[in-house]
Amino acid sequence: MERVVLSESSVPAFPRGVKFRFNNAKQQWVILAPERLLEPDETAVTVLKLVDGQRTLGGVIDALMAMITIDPPPRDVVATDVVAMLQDLADKAFLIDAAKVPQKAAAR
Amino acid sequence: MNVRVEPPLALLAELSHRCPLQCPYCSNPLELERSGKELDTKTWTRILDEAAAMGMHQVHFSGGEPTVRKDLEQLVEHATKVGLYTNLITSGVLLDEKRLRALADRGLEHVQVSFQDTEEANADRIAGFKGHQKKLEVARLVRKIGLPLTVNAVVHRQNIDHVPDFLEMAVELGAERIEIAQVQYYGWALKNRAAFIPTYEQLQRTTKVVEEARKRLKGVLVIDYVVPDYYAKRPKTCMGGWARRFLNISPAGKVLPCHAAESIPNLAFDSVHEHSLQWIWDNSVAFNKYRGTDWMPEPCKSCDRKEIDWGGCRCQAYALAGDAGTVDPACELSPLHEAIFGLAMKEASAEAPEFIYRRIGTDETPDAPVFGHREPAE
Ligand code: SF4
Ligand code: SF4
Repeated sequence: MERVVLSESSVPAFPRGVKFRFNNAKQQWVILAPERLLEPDETAVTVLKLVDGQRTLGGVIDALMAMITIDPPPRDVVATDVVAMLQDLADKAFLIDAAKVPQKAAAR
Repeated sequence: MNVRVEPPLALLAELSHRCPLQCPYCSNPLELERSGKELDTKTWTRILDEAAAMGMHQVHFSGGEPTVRKDLEQLVEHATKVGLYTNLITSGVLLDEKRLRALADRGLEHVQVSFQDTEEANADRIAGFKGHQKKLEVARLVRKIGLPLTVNAVVHRQNIDHVPDFLEMAVELGAERIEIAQVQYYGWALKNRAAFIPTYEQLQRTTKVVEEARKRLKGVLVIDYVVPDYYAKRPKTCMGGWARRFLNISPAGKVLPCHAAESIPNLAFDSVHEHSLQWIWDNSVAFNKYRGTDWMPEPCKSCDRKEIDWGGCRCQAYALAGDAGTVDPACELSPLHEAIFGLAMKEASAEAPEFIYRRIGTDETPDAPVFGHREPAE
C-alpha cells in the first residue's frame, strides 16, 4: 500500500469498510470505519455528499463553488481547504483515490 | 439523575465466552459464562433492533471467540439490515474462506484479527494454542476477499520488543490499521500482571519506534498505540467515560458499561431478559453511579481534565485502590500513583512468573485490591 496523495485529478471515494451515512434515529451524518467514527460538521457533510467515487476532486470543488451563491470566495481558497480536509481523511484511511485503485472503491 | 442521556455510539456484543485460545491476559471475567446460558438468536436480533432504534452506529461482535456461534452470519445479516456497521473481533483460528465470504456477503464491514506475537513459537505459547499460522492465513483471506483488516497486537514484556516486526507484519498483510494495545490489568491479566508489565526502558523504546513508524507509514497504516496505564501520567479515557459511549452485552445478556465492569463487586447489572436496552441505558443504577462528573471526589472534581478522561477507569480504580469511586491510580494526582509506578518497575525487573492460563472453572478466588484497605492480611 502507498500513501494516497490527493490532487484535483484524484477521484476521492470511500473504500470498502467505510460508510458515510445518515443516522435516522439521531438525525446526524457520520463516517463509520473500523472501530472509528467521525461526526463531520456541516461544511464537511456538504463536501462529503459530493464524494461519490465518480467526481474528481476538482469536480467536487466546482460543484461546491456552484452551491455558494452569495459572496463566493475565490476558487483557490476553497480548493485549498477542501483538499486539506480530504487529504486528512485519506491519511486516516477514510478515503481512497478511485482513479488509482478503482477496484477498491465501494458503491455507496 | 434524570437528565436524558445521549445514546451510546456502539454496541459490544460478546456472543460467547467460549474460545479455543487461553490468553492469560483475556479481558473476560474470571468467572466465564457457560455456553448453556448464552442468549439465543432471537434475543440477539431483538437487541440489534433496539440498538439501531436507539441511534447506535456500530456493533462489534466479540467474545470470547464470536465465530463459535453458528448464527453469526444471521446476526451480521440482521445488523446490516437494521443499519448497523458490523465489525468482527476474532482470533481467526476457527475461520475459513467459505465462512468469511458468507459473512462478507451478509454485510460484514471489517475484521480485526488478534496476534499474540510475530514469532510463531512464542505466539502459540502465549495463546496456549497452536494458532499463529492459521491467523496469518485468515488475515490474508480477509484481504483477499476485499475486507479491511485491523491487526490487533496485545503487547507486554514478553513480546513488546517485537513491535517493529508487528508493524512490518501488518503492512505485509495489507492491514489498514494496527492496534498496539497494552494489557489492561483486570480479570485474567491482573492475575498475570507480573508476567506482563514491560520495563520502563522497553516502553520508551517502543514509543520511539511507534512515533517513527507513524511518520514513515502515514497514509499507509493507521497506528493506534496507548502507553500502559501504570507508567502514564494521566489515565486513559476509558471507554469514552463510564456509560457514555458504549454498551457491552455479556454472552448471558448482562448489560455492562464495559467488558470488565463485573470485576467491580456490589454493582448490580441489569439483564436484557428484564428490560429494554433503552431503559437500562437510562435507568441502570450501575450505569448512573459513575456516569458524568457528579460522582467525582477530589482531585477529579476540581480538575480541568474531568470531562476529558472522566477520572480514568473505574475497574482499575477498584483493582488498585479497592474503591471504584476514586481517582484512577494511573493519574499522577492520585495519592497511589507513585506506589503503582514503583510496583510496575519492581514487577517488570523481576523474573517473569509462569502464566495462569484462562480456563473455564479454574479460578478460585478473585483478586483482592492491591493497595486498598480491603486487602486481607496474607
Ligand atoms: S483474549 Fe485470547 S482467550 Fe480471551 S477471548 Fe481473546 S483470543 Fe480468546
Ligand atoms: S485528577 Fe481525575 S480528572 Fe484530573 S487528570 Fe486525574 S483522573 Fe483525570
